[in-house]
This record gives sequence, C-alpha cells and structure tokens, in this order.
Amino acid sequence: MSAVFEQIFQVGFLAAIIRIATPLAFATLGEMFSERAGVLNLGIEGIMLLSAMAGFTAASLSGSLWLGVLVAVLVGALMGALHALFTVALGLSQHVCGIGVTLFCSGLAYFLYRLIFGQQSVPPSIKGFQPVPIPLLSDIPILGPAVFNQFTLVYLAIIAIPLAAFVLYRTPWGLSVRMVGENPRAADSAGVSVIATRFQAVILGGALMGLAGAFLTMAQFNAFTFGVVSGRGWVAIALVVFGRWDPWRSAGAALLFAFVDALQLRMQASGLGHIPYEAFLMLPFIFTIVAMAFMSRNAVAPSALLKPFRREER
Amino acid sequence: MSAPLIEMRGITKSFGAVKANEAVDLAVAPGEILGLLGENGAGKTTLMNVLFGAYAPDAGEILVGGRPVAIHNSADALAAGIGMVHQHFHLAPRLTVLENLLIGIPGKSGRIDRAGGLARLKEIGRQHGLSLDPDLPVSALSVGEQQRLEIIKALFRGAKLLILDEPTAVLAPSEVDGLFAALRSMAAQGLGIIFISHKLNEVRALTHRCVVLRHGKVAGRVDHPAGTTSAEMAKLMCGHEIVPPAKGESTPGASVLTLDGISTSGHAGTTLREVSLFVRSGEILGIAGVSGNGQRALADVISGMLSPDTGTMTIAGKAVAQFSPRELQALGLGRIPEDRMTTGLVTNLPLADSMVLPRIGTEAFSRKGLLNPAAIRAFAEAQIKAYDIRCPGPMVRAGALSGGNLQKALLARELAFDPKVLIVSQPTRGLDIGAARFIHEKFMVMRGKGCGIIVISEDLEEMLMLSDRIAVMYEGRIAGTLFGADATVARLGLMMTGAEGRS
Ligand SMILES: Nc1ncnc2c1ncn2[C@@H]1O[C@H](COP(=O)(O)OP(=O)(O)OP(=O)(O)O)[C@@H](O)[C@H]1O
Ligand SMILES: [Mg+2]
Repeated sequence: MSAVFEQIFQVGFLAAIIRIATPLAFATLGEMFSERAGVLNLGIEGIMLLSAMAGFTAASLSGSLWLGVLVAVLVGALMGALHALFTVALGLSQHVCGIGVTLFCSGLAYFLYRLIFGQQSVPPSIKGFQPVPIPLLSDIPILGPAVFNQFTLVYLAIIAIPLAAFVLYRTPWGLSVRMVGENPRAADSAGVSVIATRFQAVILGGALMGLAGAFLTMAQFNAFTFGVVSGRGWVAIALVVFGRWDPWRSAGAALLFAFVDALQLRMQASGLGHIPYEAFLMLPFIFTIVAMAFMSRNAVAPSALLKPFRREER
Repeated sequence: MSAPLIEMRGITKSFGAVKANEAVDLAVAPGEILGLLGENGAGKTTLMNVLFGAYAPDAGEILVGGRPVAIHNSADALAAGIGMVHQHFHLAPRLTVLENLLIGIPGKSGRIDRAGGLARLKEIGRQHGLSLDPDLPVSALSVGEQQRLEIIKALFRGAKLLILDEPTAVLAPSEVDGLFAALRSMAAQGLGIIFISHKLNEVRALTHRCVVLRHGKVAGRVDHPAGTTSAEMAKLMCGHEIVPPAKGESTPGASVLTLDGISTSGHAGTTLREVSLFVRSGEILGIAGVSGNGQRALADVISGMLSPDTGTMTIAGKAVAQFSPRELQALGLGRIPEDRMTTGLVTNLPLADSMVLPRIGTEAFSRKGLLNPAAIRAFAEAQIKAYDIRCPGPMVRAGALSGGNLQKALLARELAFDPKVLIVSQPTRGLDIGAARFIHEKFMVMRGKGCGIIVISEDLEEMLMLSDRIAVMYEGRIAGTLFGADATVARLGLMMTGAEGRS
C-alpha cells in the first residue's frame, strides 16, 4: 500500500488527475447549469461526442486549435438549443428527448467523420495543445509542475468553477436559473421569463459540454475515435447528483472521480498484472455508484427538474 | 369616488367550453379595499390572473391611471404597479427570503444587489410593519410568514394595487387580525387592495366596497359591506337564500373508532403523546386546536398513513393490526385529507379516475385485473350530478377544478361507499358558503345514518355548529373534551392555549 501512496504524490500522477478531471469538470458544470434550471440533459454524451468530432475536424482542416475549440463550443451550444427546443419550448419528455439528442449526435458524428476522413487504418491525429507553464507558480514543488504546467483549457476549467459559482449564486441571472428550477411559477409571477431562462441555461450547459469534447480530441488524445467520450457524459450526470447541484461540490466530485480513475490506470500498469485489466476499469464506476448511494440520500434535486412549464395550466 | 387606480372593462376569458369570466367590469380607487366575492368556480382567481398578466383575456381592456395598458405577462403587470398574492404561494422553498424578493430585479454592476435589497426590506418594515429575517430559507417560515413574504414581495416592486386571493384561508384567527391591520395601514397610505374571501364576516369588517361574481359575470355590487348582512351577500353570490342546516337529534350508538394511548415519533411536526379518544356511531367529534398541535399526526394515524409507536386503535370493534390506508379502508374508514392537491386527488389524472382510485381494484370498477372504463365514467357522472361539481365533464384533469369543486369531488368519493367512520381535515377551507353549507348538510345526513365523524378544523364557528363533542389538542395531547352544548368560542380559545384542561 505504501508503494501506492508514494505514487500518489508523484508529479505525474497529480498531473494525470488534473487532466482526467478537466473534461469531467466542464461536462459536470454544463449539466449542472441545465439541471439547476429544471432541465435534465441526457443528450450530454452525444453532445460531447459531436463537439469532439467537430472541434477536431475544424482544427485539423484549418490548422488552428482555437478555431477547433470555438467550433466545438458552438456545436455544443447549438445542440443544447435543440434539446431546449424540444423540452422547454415544446415541453416534451426530458428523458426521451435527451436520449434522442444523444443518438442523433452520435450518429451524426460517426457519419460526418466517415464522410470527411474516410476509412483509415490509422486514425488521423493532430498536434494538440501543449502545456503552458505559468511563470513562478509552476516552480512550486510538486504542485507547480502538476497544476501550473498544464494546457490552457485546464486553466480555463480551474477558472470556470469559481466563475460558475459566482454566476449561479451572485448574479441576477443565476438567481433566475435557480428560481425556474425550483418554482417556475414563482419566477413567472416575478416577471422572469421561464422559457428564456431555461433556454439560456441549457445552451450554456451545451457550450460547456462542447468544451469538454474539445478537450478530449485536442488536448487529451489529439485524435478522434468513436469511443473518445466512452461514458464520460453519463458519469457527469452522476457527478452532478453527487455534487448536489453545486458548482464547487460538482467540481470536487469530478476531481474525486479523476483520482480513482488515475489510480486504476496506475494499478493496471503496475505489478498487479495477474488481475484482468477490466477489473481496474470498473473501479471508478463502482466508486461512483457507491459514492452516489451514500451521498445522494440527502441530496435534493431542483424541485422543478423534469417538469415542463406551461403558463395557463394549474 | 376618486379617479380609479385600475380599471378592468369587459373582461372575457374562456377555458375550452368553460366561460370563466364574461364581460366583467371592475375598478379600484387609491386607498380603497375592494372585496371580490363569488361561489367556488365563479371566476375570481381567473379574473385576477388576467389582471396580473398570467392569463391572456379573450376580450376586454385594462386601464391603469385612466390609460389603457397591454398586460401580456407578470412583468408588465409589475411594471404597471400591480402585485398579487396567489391562493397557492409562488415561492421557492429552498431559496432564502431575500432571494425570493430579488428574483427578477436587475442587479448592480452584474451582481445581485444585496445591500439595496436589505435597505428596501427595512424600509417596507418601517412603512407597513412587515418584517422577516432575510437570510432564512422560505421552507423555515410558517404559512403566515410566507404570506407576509408574498405581500412584501409585491410592495418591494412598488405595487400600487395589491391583489390577495383568499389570504385568510390559510391563517389562524390570530394571524388574520395582524393581516387586516397591515392591509388597513397600506390602504391608508393610498394603496388599492383587492381582497378575495369566502368568509363574509371578514369581508364586511375589512372592505369598503364589493363586487360579486356569479358564473363568471358580475351578479351585483355592494356599496356598504359593513351595513349589509352576510345573508344578503350570500344571496347575491348564490342567487338564493342560504339556510343553516338543521342539527337533528341523534342518539349515539356504540363506539366505531377508539384510540387508546397512541404515541408517535420520528415524523415531521408535533408528535402525539398518549392520545386516547373515541367516536360513537351517529356522533360528530370535533378536534379543535391551534394548528401544529398534533392534528396532522392524529389525522395521519387515523387514516393509516402513520404507524404509532405505542397504543391501539379499533375500528368498529376490530383492532387495527396494520396501519395502511388500504387496510383501514377495508375496515370502513373514509378520509378527506387537508391537502387536496397532493394526498387527495391526483391532479394529473382525469377526474373520473381520481374519484375511484381508492376502490379501483374492487369489483365495481374492474374485472379480472382490467379496468371497466364505462363503470368508472358512469360513477363519476352520477357523483358530479349529485354533488353539483362544476366542471366540463368527468374526463377533465382534476387539477383544473376550482378549490371548492375539488373538495366536493373528494367528499363524493368518500361518502359514496358509506364509511362507518369518516375523518375530515379542514372540510370547508376555501369553500364558498353555499358549498360549505352543502358539506355540513352531508355530514348531518351521514351522522343520522349512524356514521361516526371526526372533524379537524381551525374554524371554531364551524366546530361549534357541527360537533356533539369537542376535543381540544394542545402540544400533542388531548387537553380536554367538552360537550357541544357546554362549549363556547371563549372557552375553547382558552383550552387551545393550554390554560384550561377538562375531561
Ligand atoms: N387553468 C385552467 N384550465 C382550465 N379551466 C380552468 C383553469 N382555471 C380555471 N378554470 C375554470 O374556470 C372556472 C373559474 O375558476 P376560478 O379558479 O377562477 O374560480 P374561483 O372563483 O377562484 O373559485 P374558488 O373560490 O374555488 O377559488 C372554473 O370552472 C375552473 O374550473
Ligand atoms: Mg380561486
């Protein structure tokens, strides 16, 4: 066990946690905004995949990584708008529409990828983002190289967490988001447009999911494969519950999940080779289920989650 | 009368085939308290929702300060100086008082303007004597405090006209006095107020003028409510005289429900401590008490929703082994819960389904595990007729019914199966006097047929009129029991505060 312990405090291990946590943090914050406004977005898995593909394609065709990021964010926002159109404007079932969005986005991603890149034995790759050390801070022992010698997108995620908390708890818009997720009728009678606020929150959520997708293909793997998201979207949905719909806790949940995931990667690589590697792969998911079971017992979802708002109905 | 603050002209609003409002005219002057009266389903709430921008009228116009304004949503209404306290509060329980106040108010340099909000709250506290702790979550407030928050919310936005939809239905008698004092002070400072209530003595005490609606139309206006009798107003509302039901003689038989030493724990609200009581057939037992003294737990135990820790309960001679609603129903218990929306009828189901729900597995409504829709419909249609439930038909969503009609539907459902014991909580809360009278009459008929009835109510007048015996609850115990003939409002009031106990 002490060998494992030593590994934890290695720079490489800490850096790996941060890298694994980054897309999860974006995705979790995205889902959180959507759910705080009362809209469950099960489209997250597909939105991440389509954004990852679109961002990768834009980057590899144009040669500009930041253009790729922008495209991924726009695609994510657009798909968020699509989900909002069905669930907010038309008031259809959030479960059904979310799964529909995931199926649509996944199908579209596969189709476009084949159309653009054809069938290749080795998937095309790009030169992704490179770590940007932050002067001074990156000189701190252990923490410096692990946290402050990272991709710009990682820094963005670190900033996004307090920013999300600020927006949600300190701005009038954030209050509106929380109110439409708790009691849309109260928001409506206070002169806040429930439909507009929900649209905005779901679109913002989609954009953040797009950012998560962009990170996967442009910083983490530098290539697009059909399994690039591999359940991270679903995990984010669980992490939101685990994080009790709060930006700080949700980000913390993402970090915890990343820790377990990084740990299992190490365990796979280290001497425990006689155990099938699938057993290690399961570890973070088992952790999520157990953690959820314990933590979500007194977690209370936004009251109006899953409930469409229709004005003249009572 | 000075120039009207707000005027509604020719307002018409239909929901499908139901004309909820038809060519309604109404005006309120500054400093005036206007009573809006009418039977359940007469269209009072609908009319106010039109004024507040929640519903779009089919025809008619709204004038503010003599000028026509277009009110498409609540934001427009708020901008025009109209504030509304809804029948069912519009608050987010998990947000704080201040957050509920600041919703929809532009911030200061991108942030929520906390300091400004606090200052405004203080000012309202000074001006009208209304104050609340800004950082408490709304879920920690009592019903009366939540209502105060709704009023503050309207004033916070600079309302010049305040609409209150049945504000007293949820208040204890002592809280009503506080509310009236605040409303009078607001009117004295030039606010216009529209006050909706079914309690005619309140209307006569508070309002300066009244408009009476019947079937969506203005049926009459009362210029001096204080000088008009309740009977006259009732006649305007219903179109005929209302006579109080005769309380016939009834000789109580054997006990149909007995509670012996019932104590509870582990639930929200006041727990029961050693509660013993009995109801005999052909008898009405009233349970009086300030709300929150264990009435909720008592009702839950008797209806099988809560298992007591100790003590026994017997229904018609049989000891209750398992506390579940289904079990107790089988023993002959009928219940009408306090909260009609959540534990009463299923608001999203058709009315007909909701009306047979507790008996849906019985032979009358299903065969070999399949529902019998024709029988369900026929049953519902018969009840709608028998109880004069105003609705478009048996297939309407139960949630679309007005409060009074919802209550009639519940009563119809429970009484149709001739229960041996009936437990009802706040049976006439929110009901117009015609409907209340109707329900009281039904109780008398059931009593005459030998049913034992327990009535939990905060309305002492109702309690005195109905009950053969009255038990007073205080802090989870029975503080004492009085015979109906010995009870007076003053005496009950004293016992309710725990000052006097008697058996
Ligand atoms: N949102 C709605 N959808 C369908 N029908 C409605 C709706 N709101 C009201 N109605 C119908 O319009 C009529 C008037 O209802 P309203 O709620 O205005 O009555 P009310 O006078 O406020 O009654 P109460 O005293 O019981 O509150 C009723 O027949 C009701 O069923
Ligand atoms: Mg009403």
